[in-house]
Amino acid sequence: MSTSTPQNPQAPEDPTAASSSTENAIELKDVVGLSQGQIVRKRFVRHKGAMLGLLFLILTALLAFTSVGFGPVPGWWQYNGRETNLAVVEAGGAPTMHLPSFLGGPGFAIGDHPFGQDELGRDMFARVMLGVQTSLKVMFIIGLVSCILGILVGALAGFYRGRLDSILMRLTDLFITVPVLVIGAVVGKITGGVSAAVFAASMGLLLWTSLARLVRGEFLALREREFVDAARVAGASSPRIIFKHILPNAIGTIIVSTTLLMSSAILLETALSFLGFGIREPEISLGALISQYQQAFSTRPWLFWWPGLFIVIIALTINFIGDGLRDAFDPRQKRIPSDRKMSRADAVSRRPAGVIPMQTQDTQGRP
Amino acid sequence: MLNFLTRRLVAGLLTLFVSLFLMYVLVDIAIDPLADLRESTAPNKQQLIAARIELLDLNTNVVVRFLQWCGGVLHGDFGIAWKTGESVSDLVAHAIGSTLQLVTAATFLSLVVGVVVGIVSALRQYSAFDYVIIFLSFLLYSLPSFWVAVLLKQWAAIGFNNFLRDPWIAWPTLIGVALIAGLLWSLAIGGSAARRWQVFGIAAAATFGMFAYLQLTDWWLEPKIGPILLLVMGAGTAFAFAAVFAGLHNRRALWASLTTVAVGFIAYFPMQTVFKMDIFGPSGNGASWLILLLAVVAIGVGFLIGRLYGGPDWGVSARTSAAVAFVMAALIFVDKVMQVWPPYSKALGGRPIPTFGDRTPGLGGNYWVTVLDSFTHLVLPTATLVLIAFAAYTRYSRSSMLEVMSQDYIRTARAKGLPEREVVVRHGFRNTLIPLATIVPIDVITLIGGAVITEAVFSRPGMGQLFVKSLEEAQVDPVMAYLLITAGLAIIANIVADIIYAVIDPRIRLDA
Repeated sequence: MSTSTPQNPQAPEDPTAASSSTENAIELKDVVGLSQGQIVRKRFVRHKGAMLGLLFLILTALLAFTSVGFGPVPGWWQYNGRETNLAVVEAGGAPTMHLPSFLGGPGFAIGDHPFGQDELGRDMFARVMLGVQTSLKVMFIIGLVSCILGILVGALAGFYRGRLDSILMRLTDLFITVPVLVIGAVVGKITGGVSAAVFAASMGLLLWTSLARLVRGEFLALREREFVDAARVAGASSPRIIFKHILPNAIGTIIVSTTLLMSSAILLETALSFLGFGIREPEISLGALISQYQQAFSTRPWLFWWPGLFIVIIALTINFIGDGLRDAFDPRQKRIPSDRKMSRADAVSRRPAGVIPMQTQDTQGRP
Repeated sequence: MLNFLTRRLVAGLLTLFVSLFLMYVLVDIAIDPLADLRESTAPNKQQLIAARIELLDLNTNVVVRFLQWCGGVLHGDFGIAWKTGESVSDLVAHAIGSTLQLVTAATFLSLVVGVVVGIVSALRQYSAFDYVIIFLSFLLYSLPSFWVAVLLKQWAAIGFNNFLRDPWIAWPTLIGVALIAGLLWSLAIGGSAARRWQVFGIAAAATFGMFAYLQLTDWWLEPKIGPILLLVMGAGTAFAFAAVFAGLHNRRALWASLTTVAVGFIAYFPMQTVFKMDIFGPSGNGASWLILLLAVVAIGVGFLIGRLYGGPDWGVSARTSAAVAFVMAALIFVDKVMQVWPPYSKALGGRPIPTFGDRTPGLGGNYWVTVLDSFTHLVLPTATLVLIAFAAYTRYSRSSMLEVMSQDYIRTARAKGLPEREVVVRHGFRNTLIPLATIVPIDVITLIGGAVITEAVFSRPGMGQLFVKSLEEAQVDPVMAYLLITAGLAIIANIVADIIYAVIDPRIRLDA
């Protein structure tokens, strides 16, 4: 691979441009002695966007689960989001959280109801935190269920091919035919009264199709490889080949598309709840909150902002993590510095009296 | 090919049948047409329930009812929405028109903008512009559409309507906008520091000048393009298209485009009389078809101009001037629509951006008023869809372009000394479109059924609203008609995507 970047081919080839063998040697130095997993982990940790995303996701989850508590565990926040008729602190139930004075606010304060109160006097912070909990739970359950199903269907179809393949793929087509939102609405209507977990599981039963197709493609390609033949000659059973030999090689695709699936799942759940087909009272989800407070926008806009903001935060962090994972798993991804950085580095290395850069030094003809 | 088509169609029909059956059963479980009667306190409650059961044939087994429904559909009878007694065919015919308006506008805009931005971002990989675009597309991609829709409705629409009451933008704000525009352009065009400053200056000055012109001529209250602006914009388009599609060194293409602009400019004046014809009046019929015909004629004229300029590579000139001709025609059309803005705005009490519905009831007026009315109703829902689809298309086209630009044939093209424009447009851009061509048809079809949320927020009576409302009101026939259409279109879209793929990428054979 040459060092010239696509946008500027007319630029004079930079003198440090080495032969491809030197470059490969440099590249290899980066990964020498590391297992595939270690390489991926190293790349992932180096991806700034993904690490920031992970950090924010963990912080959000911590905030949501510790503040109002979950299950029998009590949280540190004073309200649980269900008490009505709390004393109204600011006029109209406005948020008591204020910006610090250097940002133009009246001085930093959190107050009793940082996100404000709704028309029944309920504490909005606690309600949003409950919504975040539900949304995160729903997201992980959807991810888990559809991941397992997608892997199973895709692996069986791709590995055994033939009749099983066509049956499973027709089944997948069947699920793809109807827009997810539609099935979701029907399922939501049927399971309307049940808990978020059941709702999430039934959504997971519908969303596995894209993953199944991807996994099938991977399996179709991988089953023809030599290491599979080797395993079979060594006497490995089909399940062992599937799970021990092929699956680990397809894990990159699976993880990446599951992450992306989770980020679209959270938007789907909120959208369904917004339409009134998803999670309903007494369970709280972010979409249900927005839907519930849509009418109050002109009088209490903050009821509308906070749930939306948290949906964006969660979806954004997951998308960044997915992007980082994709880069980490893709062996072709290389971090190439921009033209300007290259030329700056070039100028620096050229300054010491025109010394020939090390990589191109011709060591052959020297005494 | 034929073999492939029959195979896919038969498989598709079978899938459709099975999926419709499952859906029928699911919908039947999900809905309860007797809910309102169960809670009623009417003295003849039992009688009413019996009548309802009789009406909807609820004692018949669901499988039998499904087969009856299928029989009806085969005869072209989609059933009736029992609450209002309307025929489902009529309901669907109305709904699909409204949805198509929305989907066409939104897809076209987001595709053009998304692909252009994605490709520029890929060409400037790892630059500040690239990072800004990546972050922006991630952010837009993570936005819940209903949240954006409500925010647009509450802030953009109401804010803009308030702004129109006294349209004046403070000068510091304008300067800020101009500086940001200049910065974005300079990042997008890139190059050496001097070049960046130059681009920054020109773009900022142009933006500022444009807004100042709008402000000083009271454009916000009486928007119009007019002949002068038409000429300026046309010439700009001609230069831009010629630079991208043919390169400015190709004088023939440039002159052909400029001639097209001149012809369009001359055509502007007779067109004003044409637009006053009876067909565009309040009782006129078929005006849309005439407009479509005129657009085709314009493209044809542009093509002809390019052809007449001749030369060894006349195809490039013809294509470029056809594109320019289309833009000129669109500008003339928009100009005419803008001419009815002042009376329209007055008729709506000075608040011309509506937040719900797809037309103003009882507005009257001629064709142009109707068009303007549907445009203003389209602004917000289209913006919502575009924001989200734009993010997706930017990401697709960026990664696709990066993939293409690292191929060996790009290096070969550069090695044989082609100018960079040709490498990017001819070798890069065209191949970038291959994966997009398989995504877009499926996306469009999904949108036809799936603009559910946007339609719900803006209460546009489209397909999504039809489905959601009918499901809530426990009317099985409209729901099934909706599912039949979306599922059928989804199957067709998949087949079309496969065919397009095979047509534009000769390495793929469908009969293999």
